[in-house]
Amino acid sequence: MDIFIQQIVNGLVLGSIYALVALGYTMVYGIMGLINFAHGEVVMIGALTALSVINKLAGSGLPGPVVVLAGLAVAVPVCMATGFIIERIAYRPLRHAPRLAPLITAIGVSILLQQVAMLFWGRNYHTFPAVLPSAPHQIFGAALTDVQIIIVLLAAATMSGLWLLVNRTRLGRAMRATSEHPAIASLMGVDVNRIIAFTFVLGSALAALAGVMVSANYSTAHYHMGFLLGLKAFTAAVLGGIGNLGGAMLGGVLLGIIESLGAGYIGDLTNFCWWSNHLPGGTGAGLCEQFGDRGFLGSNYKDIFAFFVLILVLVFRPSGLMGEKVAERA
Amino acid sequence: MKPLANLLPHPLPPAAAYGGAALAALALAAVPFVLGMNFGNSWVRIVDFALLYAMLALGLNIVVGFAGLLDLGYIAFYAVGAYLYALLASPQFGLHWPLWAILPLGATCAAAFGVLLGAPTLRLRGDYLAIVTLGFGEIIRIFLNNLNAPVNITNGPQGIANIDSMSVAGHALEKPLVVFGFPIPSLYLFYYLFLALAVLTMFICIRLEDSRIGRAWVAIREDEIAAKACGINTRNIKLLAFAMGASFGGVAGGLFAGFQQFVSPESFGLLESIMVLCMVVLGGMGHIPGVVLGALLLAILPEALRYAARPAQMWLFGRMLLDPEALRMLLFGGALIAVMLFRPAGLWPSAVRRREFAASGNGT
Amino acid sequence: MSEVLLAANGISKNFGGVRALANVSLTIGKGEIYGLIGPNGAGKTTFFNVLTGLYTADAGSVTLSGRALNLGQPHEVVRAGIARTFQNIRLFANMTALENVMVGRHTKSRAGVWGAVTASRATRAEEAAIVARAHTLLKYVGIDARANDLARNLPYGDQRRLEIARALATEPGLLALDEPAAGMNASETAALRELIAGLRSDGITILLIEHDVKLVMGLCDRVAVLDYGEKIAEATPEAVQRDPRVIEAYLGGPVE
Repeated sequence: MDIFIQQIVNGLVLGSIYALVALGYTMVYGIMGLINFAHGEVVMIGALTALSVINKLAGSGLPGPVVVLAGLAVAVPVCMATGFIIERIAYRPLRHAPRLAPLITAIGVSILLQQVAMLFWGRNYHTFPAVLPSAPHQIFGAALTDVQIIIVLLAAATMSGLWLLVNRTRLGRAMRATSEHPAIASLMGVDVNRIIAFTFVLGSALAALAGVMVSANYSTAHYHMGFLLGLKAFTAAVLGGIGNLGGAMLGGVLLGIIESLGAGYIGDLTNFCWWSNHLPGGTGAGLCEQFGDRGFLGSNYKDIFAFFVLILVLVFRPSGLMGEKVAERA
Repeated sequence: MKPLANLLPHPLPPAAAYGGAALAALALAAVPFVLGMNFGNSWVRIVDFALLYAMLALGLNIVVGFAGLLDLGYIAFYAVGAYLYALLASPQFGLHWPLWAILPLGATCAAAFGVLLGAPTLRLRGDYLAIVTLGFGEIIRIFLNNLNAPVNITNGPQGIANIDSMSVAGHALEKPLVVFGFPIPSLYLFYYLFLALAVLTMFICIRLEDSRIGRAWVAIREDEIAAKACGINTRNIKLLAFAMGASFGGVAGGLFAGFQQFVSPESFGLLESIMVLCMVVLGGMGHIPGVVLGALLLAILPEALRYAARPAQMWLFGRMLLDPEALRMLLFGGALIAVMLFRPAGLWPSAVRRREFAASGNGT
Repeated sequence: MSEVLLAANGISKNFGGVRALANVSLTIGKGEIYGLIGPNGAGKTTFFNVLTGLYTADAGSVTLSGRALNLGQPHEVVRAGIARTFQNIRLFANMTALENVMVGRHTKSRAGVWGAVTASRATRAEEAAIVARAHTLLKYVGIDARANDLARNLPYGDQRRLEIARALATEPGLLALDEPAAGMNASETAALRELIAGLRSDGITILLIEHDVKLVMGLCDRVAVLDYGEKIAEATPEAVQRDPRVIEAYLGGPVE
């Protein structure tokens, strides 16, 4: 049972990060109807930028939280600039091009960012220095570090802020109008270009935050981390209902928990001995003897859960948990 | 829609056409000799690989170029073909099946995977498909990497070595063939085999493009709802595109395994998928000669770069700033962006495609 | 009315709580030109989309020549013999006019991958027949001279004609035209009217959605009127024009 709660807690932490990244996908999708393939790389840039700063300051005697904040303070503008440039180069010139075109440029941008990051930071893994307290607290039998608590709280606060921004401000209203109907929004005096650029920049700021969180959580970062993280966050966005902010948050947290539970139990679930111990009458004991007390699939398969979730959602509820079903107009 | 006619400025009389074809065949047959004698056999090897890539690009072109479905995990089908060959013709399981049995099986297997992946996803919008295929490619790689325990199937990250070479008409291609006392090196033999199959692939593609099925693919690309209103079962026709594209990938994969005699999960990463996509996009989506050109260019240029990069950088900067691999990827990324922005129809687009992009570029 | 070709029974369709069609029934006789009119948003195009399989109905059924249609499967509806055009033209913009019509022959031909690759005698014969038929149809609608132009480069009126030719290529028993005169000037409309009348005399039954009341009244044998998703009248054009409910629907509010 302790393991179960521990996995839920880990999932919640992971899920908060996914949710922040998923928001970037879903905002851009909501406004422009396209998937920003390069978004995962922005997270990576954020993580590595912050790590460089944090590593520089780690020995300076400044208190740990200040060092991390400084890293974040540098990473956020760097990512915002990256997001701005991506929109300018890869998307804006192609807004009226065939659908495949912006997807392809986005892949190009993704490769470029990865390679540039590799030139800058090299191929090796960068470690997050021990500047933050790592002694775990025991909560309901699960171990939870300060870092993890901060991640969940900070993510929640950020998302609430975003919700207020979108639903309670003039800017948010312009964003919603643009996502409903860009042409009409522009007739009403909304500068659609600016709103789209702002959306990219805002999403990138969230990505920077997520990048710092993910590297703090796993104590590591490298130039290749954006790809899988991006894929998973996109899955989270689809799971929640792409284009829907609340959906991205829900989808992120759910996916984190699914993945965490899956990684924790896949070994048991593919182990005949585990089944024979738990099934009435010890069914499967023969298979247990034959194959030994080991799972066929181990936690090295944890990355496939997100993918299966994606397929299942797309097959059974393509509009996601909170999305509305949109019929293709004839 | 007459792709072969596009290759020539105007229709030629039959005699001239046959003469031209014979000349072209002769020139193609001479390629390995010219390359091997002037630049060394490593270049013949590069050209062999370029032909494999041409097959891959032609397969992907059916999916992306004709039917307009963006597949970012295409290399997974290549992997299926390659591992199938590796498992059926190596000491791994002690099986040694012949080439002619494995290749059709590889094509079928890859096509089955294509249908398996396509069936749940093809009714979705194009960008979803792109992401799902991307994930699929990764999944296949994860399985190849991990299926070495508890039952060893793929041998995990070490890959499968000592794969049988291919035999054609009783001759193992890993050995030189002696013709009239003149030995033809093994690499040249592979060249001829791959060339023959690449030409066959191209032929199939050309025939398909100008057929009822090819028209249905293009119709779906152009307007799916209108295609439905013409009585096209869009789901099945899209699945067919997926299966056809995948089967070409499966064949190319089998050839790759028999040529390298070694496969490992490393050869089937996302970057390979993207490279094949680059070939299709750069050459000209939907235009068969353009796609072949794109494949040859992108397979050969980076190798040339590998030779040129070091001296050029030493001369310019006095040291190596970029290793060739990074340079290659930077060029790919840059090329994808540049082509889409400045020449969206590719280097050698079909006449129709050129007009299409010209029109949409005017902000219609 | 002669023999019944199409019978729609109790078609209903909601969009997220908004009622688009409520229990609409109508029958179209063989050889008729049947008009479907109504104010904007009355549900005409929704009815069209249900009939041609693009939408699934929440309730109701349709039979064509007595056989039930598999609604929700556009390609099967086409096979059964209903072809359509679209209100905002949907051509394969980057295919030639000829190729557009050739695509229309899809259900009437059968060559598969194997036939295409081997170019068997049967495939070649079929392909030649498709081309010949496509030219015939382009001549029929009067644009064969532009057979090799891209569809996107045709003038507006010709695009409408091309869409009709493509629909005719499926050899429909019922041709459903969704506002074919929309955006046409007077002379183009007159030519269209001639084309539609010609189709009827060649034995094709036509379902016509149209805003141009003069065109509908002049062409149609019978007219049905939809308002807020309900059929409020079905009669000859003259009778419909005098129907108080129809007048009310068009003028808005009861006339007191």
